[in-house]
Amino acid sequence: MDLSFTPEERAFREEARRFFRTEIPQAIRDKVAEGRHLSREDIVTSQRIMNGRGWAVPHWPREWGGQDWSPIQTYFYQDEMQLASVPSPLPFNVSMVGPVIATFGNEAQKRAFLPKIANLDIWFCQGFSEPGSGSDLASLRTTAKRDGDEYIVNGQKTWTTLAQYADWIFCLVRTDMAAKKQEGISFLLIDMKSPGITVRPIQTIDGGREVNEVFFDEVRVPVSNLVGQENKGWDYAKFLLGNERTGIARVGTSKERIRRIKQLAALEFVGDMPLIEDARFREKLAAVEVELKALELTQLRVVANERKLAKGKPDPASSILKIKGSEIQQATTELLMDVVGPYVTAYREEREEGWNEPPVGPDYAATAAPTYFNWRKISIYGGSNEIQRNIIAKAILGL
Amino acid sequence: MDFDLNDEQRLLKDSVDKLIATEYEFERRKRYAAEPDGWSRALWAKYAELGLLGLPFAEADGGFGGGPVETMIVLESFGRGLVLEPYFATVVLGGALVRHGASAAQRATLVPRIADGSLLLAFAWMERQSRYNPADVKTTARRDGGAWILNGEKSLVLHGDVADKIAVTARLSGNQRDRAGIGVFLVDASAPGVQRRGYPTQDGLRSAEITLVDVRVDAADTLGEPGDAMTLVDRVTDEAIAGLCAESIGVMSAMHEITVEYLKTRQQFGRPIGTFQALQHRAVDMFVALEQARSMAIFATMMAGEADPTERRRAIAAAKVQVGRSGRKVGEEAIQLHGGIGMTMEYKVGHYFKRMTMIDRRFGDADLHLATLARLGGLFG
Ligand SMILES: Cc1cc2nc3c(=O)[nH]c(=O)nc-3n(C[C@H](O)[C@H](O)[C@H](O)COP(=O)(O)OP(=O)(O)OC[C@H]3O[C@@H](n4cnc5c(N)ncnc54)[C@H](O)[C@@H]3O)c2cc1C
Ligand SMILES: Cc1cc2nc3c(=O)[nH]c(=O)nc-3n(C[C@H](O)[C@H](O)[C@H](O)COP(=O)(O)OP(=O)(O)OC[C@H]3O[C@@H](n4cnc5c(N)ncnc54)[C@H](O)[C@@H]3O)c2cc1C
Repeated sequence: MDLSFTPEERAFREEARRFFRTEIPQAIRDKVAEGRHLSREDIVTSQRIMNGRGWAVPHWPREWGGQDWSPIQTYFYQDEMQLASVPSPLPFNVSMVGPVIATFGNEAQKRAFLPKIANLDIWFCQGFSEPGSGSDLASLRTTAKRDGDEYIVNGQKTWTTLAQYADWIFCLVRTDMAAKKQEGISFLLIDMKSPGITVRPIQTIDGGREVNEVFFDEVRVPVSNLVGQENKGWDYAKFLLGNERTGIARVGTSKERIRRIKQLAALEFVGDMPLIEDARFREKLAAVEVELKALELTQLRVVANERKLAKGKPDPASSILKIKGSEIQQATTELLMDVVGPYVTAYREEREEGWNEPPVGPDYAATAAPTYFNWRKISIYGGSNEIQRNIIAKAILGL
Repeated sequence: MDFDLNDEQRLLKDSVDKLIATEYEFERRKRYAAEPDGWSRALWAKYAELGLLGLPFAEADGGFGGGPVETMIVLESFGRGLVLEPYFATVVLGGALVRHGASAAQRATLVPRIADGSLLLAFAWMERQSRYNPADVKTTARRDGGAWILNGEKSLVLHGDVADKIAVTARLSGNQRDRAGIGVFLVDASAPGVQRRGYPTQDGLRSAEITLVDVRVDAADTLGEPGDAMTLVDRVTDEAIAGLCAESIGVMSAMHEITVEYLKTRQQFGRPIGTFQALQHRAVDMFVALEQARSMAIFATMMAGEADPTERRRAIAAAKVQVGRSGRKVGEEAIQLHGGIGMTMEYKVGHYFKRMTMIDRRFGDADLHLATLARLGGLFG
């Protein structure tokens, strides 16, 4: 047992730090740090720079651009990316559909999609949830009926993040109405430009427009866009959701937000005293830091252990990361809002091109409450925290 | 970075786990508790035989050269067994004082006797008014030729009732809470002027109130620098806390396993109570709290030897906060999820709960360490 890092590991960390802080434009990183909205172009620019260096998809198989990194390298890569407020490569592309195609897709699909997914030449969105099927995802009712070389898709997806930017959507659809609910599902790739697709935005409580409803009305999809086998889509979905959970701990993001909380707490005064000097505030913050340090080590333990598990089998312990990671991120958004104090009340709409109204109060005030509101989502999506508890109860505790 | 044990460590773990699983079966523990010392001298001899008593000492001094990881392995296992013997007092606390505070000559006489089981130690730092502050010392040390004369009262001295030698903090100079002016003196328990009153603690261990009236200590029997011993005390305290964190993991994981097992077997409303989701989710929250604590216990172990005292204290304080908070949660839930049976002395889970509760009170509770960490500016820049 040894918690120290080798000189090579430390050198890698330095390299990652330098890369993220010098190569990714400051303007994009500032937006992330300040909790502002990124444009489509920001996300594309950042991912292409990473991909240019082979760093957009390090966890993919080697032949498709993967890096064969050790768990520690992967950890440093993520940590440094988050510490530098670099937007993660689009998770729908690199963590969700990419690995599914690389693992279960055919050669033609791999060649057609993987390089473009890695470079964000194609933007994917995730069409899993439906109005009647959230946590109970397998109850989904969007159908795909075979008609010669095509499927005809009918139904509705919802909560589809950034569908307004997407070129393609990967969908779970029902291909066998008679089978048990998990056994009649298939995994389809659908071009968003297909006739019959309508996207309607849903505004979230923070005022943002990141989610959408997506309607399918007699949408024709070539059978060649089926990933893996028909009616085996549920297995691929479970594989995908397992990958999603580990990414969600975002230890580096929370570390960076704590740094920002400390920075702002030195600017906010309570009487004659900066808030950062208030013992009670410091203790509240320190309590979150303790949980975060513990989570960082828990994550390293989970990651180290994954090497010993069968490839592609997610460790149910990753559910701990989802639960704690989301709770801690939410705690940091609470603290940030508490630091800013009364000026979080003024609502200031942010447009794609930025703000045109002058700030009310300090210029860092506008995003604090929206970030807090928006971050409630992370204990809901990716398998809600209650669903994670069900997973641990069953898979680890045997209850 | 590597969380795996090496072959030797694995061997150590297997042998200690096996020993505890057989010798510390719950009914046997009750018999040890009923022995005159409140623990088993026979088992103590067995620990010596297995090399556990000399474990953390350098081979050159007559020990086995184990480090913090080896100590963690032993203490986690001892936590699972709720071990009653004075291992923590003698080998962890006393051992750290000897390793970091004793001269080569002192070590040459002390270490072999600790390792063979013939010397029991205790660390008397607390006083009635000091609460968790080891620098709050009223006991005095006065120079008298080639000796020191100690006067004062020490409190809650873990296993001070059986110790052969007691390491006592006493003030040479300065005000009651000054960090400067403190020494550590190795007092013979049988020396004239030493009075002790032993008593049981809530968690089945033993402690003592110790009165020192004109107790003479030879000038050679000091640990660390007389008048400047707080760096030694801090270092020993931090190592001890790392040890308590490891022990806590044993205690908590046992409580959690017992509880989950109970949920699977206890039937109410015609089915195992573990089928109720309200209880499943609470068992999961216990598990998450346990794993978070385990991570911090590992962190504490790794940082216990850190040379920079501020970095070390930051890490140790953080670990004690996590372990204290997790321990309280896991313990309280373990009792609740058992219903009435958890309230009884007869059943084991309550004993773990009590041990966990008392560990939080050793060397500062979670609140105190949170305040310390907050004062030091937290963990992240
Ligand atoms: C901002 C945002 C972005 C999203 N982006 C996407 C996306 O891009 N693509 C996509 O497909 N989906 C997306 N989702 C959907 C997300 O995956 C679902 O919201 C999630 O699965 C929960 O489903 P639901 O909202 O229908 O809640 P429900 O499933 O109705 O749950 C309601 C409440 O009941 C609890 N609950 C449900 N079942 C159980 C159970 N068995 N035991 C205990 N408690 C239970 C839940 O935890 C929750 O608290 C997004 C959601 C949000 C909020
Ligand atoms: C100090 C003390 C004094 C007492 N005095 C008396 C007395 O004078 N007279 C008397 O008759 N009784 C007395 N009792 C008994 C007391 O009423 C029972 O302990 C209590 O009803 C719980 O039953 P149980 O202990 O069998 O636990 P169980 O019913 O086995 O419950 C174990 C755990 O499962 C939970 N649980 C059980 N069913 C469900 C469910 N459906 N959903 C979710 N969770 C569930 C419980 O909340 C508990 O956490 C006393 C108990 C104690 C501890």
